[in-house]
Amino acid sequence: MADVQTLALAPPQPAPAAPRLGRLSAYFGTPGNTLVSVLSIAAIVFIAKLAFGWLVVDAVFSGNGETCKAASGACWPFVAQKLRYMLFGFYPYDEQWRPMLALLLLFAAFLLSMMPRFWSRGLLFAWILVVLPVLYILMAGGVFGLTPVATTSWGGLPLSFMLSFVGLTLAMPLGIVLALARASNLPAIRVLAVGFIEIVRGVPLISILFMATVMLPLFMPEGVTIDKLLRAQVAIILFASAYIAEIVRGGLQDVPAGQYEAGSSLGLHYWQVMRKIVLPQALKKVIPPMVGLFIGFFQDTTLVTIVGLVDFLDTVRSAIRDPQWQGIAVLEGYLVAAAVYFTFSALMGAYSRFLEKHFRTTHA
Amino acid sequence: MKQALLSICAAALGLTMAGQASAAGTLETVKARGKLVCGVSLATPGFAAPDDKGRMQGFDADICRSIAAAVFGDGDKVEFVPTNINTRFQALQSGEIDVLSRQTTHTFSRDASLGLDFGPTVFYDGQGLMVAKSLGVASAKELTEAAICTLPGTTTAQNISDFFRAINGKFELVVFESPDENRAAFYSGRCEAITSDRSDLASIRAVANNPDDYVVLPETISKEPLAPAFRQNDSNWGDIVSWSVWLLMAAEEKGITQANVDEMLKSEDPDVQRMLGATEELGKMLGLDNNWGHSIIKSVGNYGEVFERNVGEGTRLGLTRGPNALWNAGGLIYSPPIR
Repeated sequence: MADVQTLALAPPQPAPAAPRLGRLSAYFGTPGNTLVSVLSIAAIVFIAKLAFGWLVVDAVFSGNGETCKAASGACWPFVAQKLRYMLFGFYPYDEQWRPMLALLLLFAAFLLSMMPRFWSRGLLFAWILVVLPVLYILMAGGVFGLTPVATTSWGGLPLSFMLSFVGLTLAMPLGIVLALARASNLPAIRVLAVGFIEIVRGVPLISILFMATVMLPLFMPEGVTIDKLLRAQVAIILFASAYIAEIVRGGLQDVPAGQYEAGSSLGLHYWQVMRKIVLPQALKKVIPPMVGLFIGFFQDTTLVTIVGLVDFLDTVRSAIRDPQWQGIAVLEGYLVAAAVYFTFSALMGAYSRFLEKHFRTTHA
Repeated sequence: MKQALLSICAAALGLTMAGQASAAGTLETVKARGKLVCGVSLATPGFAAPDDKGRMQGFDADICRSIAAAVFGDGDKVEFVPTNINTRFQALQSGEIDVLSRQTTHTFSRDASLGLDFGPTVFYDGQGLMVAKSLGVASAKELTEAAICTLPGTTTAQNISDFFRAINGKFELVVFESPDENRAAFYSGRCEAITSDRSDLASIRAVANNPDDYVVLPETISKEPLAPAFRQNDSNWGDIVSWSVWLLMAAEEKGITQANVDEMLKSEDPDVQRMLGATEELGKMLGLDNNWGHSIIKSVGNYGEVFERNVGEGTRLGLTRGPNALWNAGGLIYSPPIR
């Protein structure tokens, strides 16, 4: 109850500051507002107390399944014991520094790529020639004395991140090209682009994944199999590119025709007009829907569990079913998954706001 | 068109074209690869579930290890590929895996139409029903208008429908996508009964707050002989899978265990000598090393040890041998003679 009192009583005291008073009156100005505010505060305190009780007070911090079963709170030993499995899945235990390093590298590469000052053609080449090969070598091994690890043993967070972020990174240029093709004056190119985009958007991701992983191998010549992970990755890239193309097309339509004409009259050819004048303006406008799409895709990659790839959510799910913990630590496992997905989705959202602000100031 | 696009893209990326699935025999492919690729379930406690180090443990996983031991003399030369009910048969057909050891019921239509063959039954299971003791029901036939929790797909729902149609009973099927929801729904009282294979019911019961409050009803409403599967038209590989399993059973019959297998090499029993490769050359006939039998037992122990270690009474599943006892102990586990 102490919490309720401090929260409810604290506001009236630092009254002198005028703007604060203004904000206060927004919450407590009318009887209706006061009622809503008091109820909201009570609800927040109630939920916080429940969560704190479950997460800390009644929680078990050391022990095993039996101690957890006896307690009413969260079961942290489960998380501690299964965390490595949840993160890396079936990757050989002694080699798990490799996916860890790959994850860090991916984070670092993204962090650098997210800063507008590093945007250049060099960055694109760095991704294609350095980051992706190094990631692949780290994970797959087979050279430089690294033990080979088949892609079927990849799992957990690195798999989720690669499928979603590498997929989206590669889908982005493809999507832009598709958008340009759809707006092209050449009918053949336009029809191809429209056909591809509409077909891909006309079927759910899950059916494309199924085709790529279940049907495709049956059409292959005998003895040839394409890596299952690669098939899923390509399916995700193709699927995402169609959606990106439509978003970019929206941005392109928003660029006034005068911009194209001005560029052409300066003697720039098509690609120069696009790269230097039209696309920068178009892409800037579509940042919010694009990030929305990225967040959606990040979460949609959990669908790959249907085709037998063990992504992060799947390793969490199977950790929950460990015979030692089965039925004991269900919520804890899903909380870990939720925390990870929330963190990265929120980061993407924050980055989107940063970009919008960044471009507003530089182009104002 | 997407197929073509996908394959073009994959080819353009030029990555990892692996395989030679059935061009050569599976045994040659496996030997060339240096490890067995075995399809298992991702998380079925007792049958195949990863431990804290991500190492597959369980009954099905040990069947994989015994085959790997027969081929390579080392039960750890196996790569486990998690498969689900949607992808398991396709994974086998396309050559992605060499053996499917995933609690798969041997049925007529699967055998006849899916381009695969089954090995010997490694586990005799059957679908059962579990209810709360407080319901006061002693037989499934007394369940009237009951809500029954189950998982989607497979044959579980069909079996329960067939059962109640045969006795003219009414029931309501409540289907859950995940085992966790399914179990939680039953324990929260959403359903009067829960149905699944008996081995699965045992693991569901094991996690109840008070397992003694629940009882598995006596009826077994379906036959679920679980067997490993392999691609058809490869007799040599089929023989290797089948005899690796039978050797586990024969070893239990002869009292060969993981602990005493080295001493048993000196056994006077001609059967034991043949199984462990001390005399004759049975391994060679399969294209294996002659000590294949010794390697299997050294890696995983005999059938009884595999059973007790993974699903037996000392484990959380706590299953009794029941039909999975040896034939001379009243069960159905019977190996043809190894000679």
